[in-house]
Amino acid sequence: MAQIFHHSTNTFSKLSIFGAVFILALLLWLFGAFSRSSYATQAGVDREQPVPFSHAHHVGGIGIDCRYCHTSVETSAVAGIPPTKTCMNCHSQVWNSSPTLEPVRESFRSDRSIEWTRVHDLPDFAYFNHSIHLKKGMACEVCHGRVDKMPLMHQQASLQMEWCLDCHRNPEKYVRRREDVFKMGYEPPADQLAFGLHLVKEYKIQSRTSCSTCHR
Amino acid sequence: MVGLVLLAGACRQDMHDQPKYEPLEASKFFADRRASRPLVAGTVARGHLREDVHFYTGKSGDQDVTTFPFAVTREVIERGQGRYNVYCRPCHDPTGYGLGMVVRRGLRRPPSFHIDRLREAPVGHFYDVMTNGFGLMPDYAAQIPARDRWAIIAYIRVLQRSQYATIEDVPADKRAEVKK
Repeated sequence: MAQIFHHSTNTFSKLSIFGAVFILALLLWLFGAFSRSSYATQAGVDREQPVPFSHAHHVGGIGIDCRYCHTSVETSAVAGIPPTKTCMNCHSQVWNSSPTLEPVRESFRSDRSIEWTRVHDLPDFAYFNHSIHLKKGMACEVCHGRVDKMPLMHQQASLQMEWCLDCHRNPEKYVRRREDVFKMGYEPPADQLAFGLHLVKEYKIQSRTSCSTCHR
Repeated sequence: MVGLVLLAGACRQDMHDQPKYEPLEASKFFADRRASRPLVAGTVARGHLREDVHFYTGKSGDQDVTTFPFAVTREVIERGQGRYNVYCRPCHDPTGYGLGMVVRRGLRRPPSFHIDRLREAPVGHFYDVMTNGFGLMPDYAAQIPARDRWAIIAYIRVLQRSQYATIEDVPADKRAEVKK
């Protein structure tokens, strides 16, 4: 009886069994690469906003402190988006006829909120609190990047769990003195690890990696 | 294969975005679209009744008070310095002459803290201005808590003193450093 498959197909079957390992590995790698890509995390993607508010101008150019607008950052979980009144502190006089700022004036007149597009949105199953991070010497810049150089706001970090854990496992890599947490363009000392370990002790920073620290 | 990867990326995000409100989120339920509800007028949280008139208004009767409602310590002044540099410096500048960055960009220049009228003004006046605004200056009641407003006043007093200091104010052993 004639054979259905030619003798050479043996090679193919052996090759494909051998190759399956690589194909699986490739698939896994593709999945990893995709979920870390800025397409999936939206990191580095500028968001459209109803008013093109520039942190580069307000923070970098004029030197306004983060807390002037984000008033609750030191005392609560959320940093707070300023009410329109805060914009009008200056813009009732400066640029007060600019068409770009009309939505701000309209919001002030009508007492309706400006609906900004949220940039940093952690998943609802992750707990995060700004105030404790600042109190332990974790700077704005470490997570939010050089906000003073962003004309339109984007998310700097991936906000993925592995990114959180990088610091939660080794806080000494990023910690600063409390006086420096609102600084932009801070240069870490050459011996950051030794300095960081010293601060970890001084501020009693605990490397929190238990699930329920964030998933509570 | 590519399809599989895309499929994995397109899972439902129900757990990421649960049917609950986060602070300041938009709401489809309320007419003004605010999930964070404004307080009903007249609401007082337990323990937050503003009984201390001196502390919360800076007034005694019609008069601005001339004293601080609590002892001014080094910590209070340092707290005031920090808060001054966040909320006041943009207009009043770090020294209090009123040439801050926002003023250089077109805001009307506020009076210097070093003129006689403000050097002689009672502390309650500064508190009142921060709490209710004055002239073109908006109020800062929402941005700066009452205790911090008092701390800022303590620091303004430091600034005022600094501009009229004499060599006699410097401790004798440090005078040589200043003269350099």
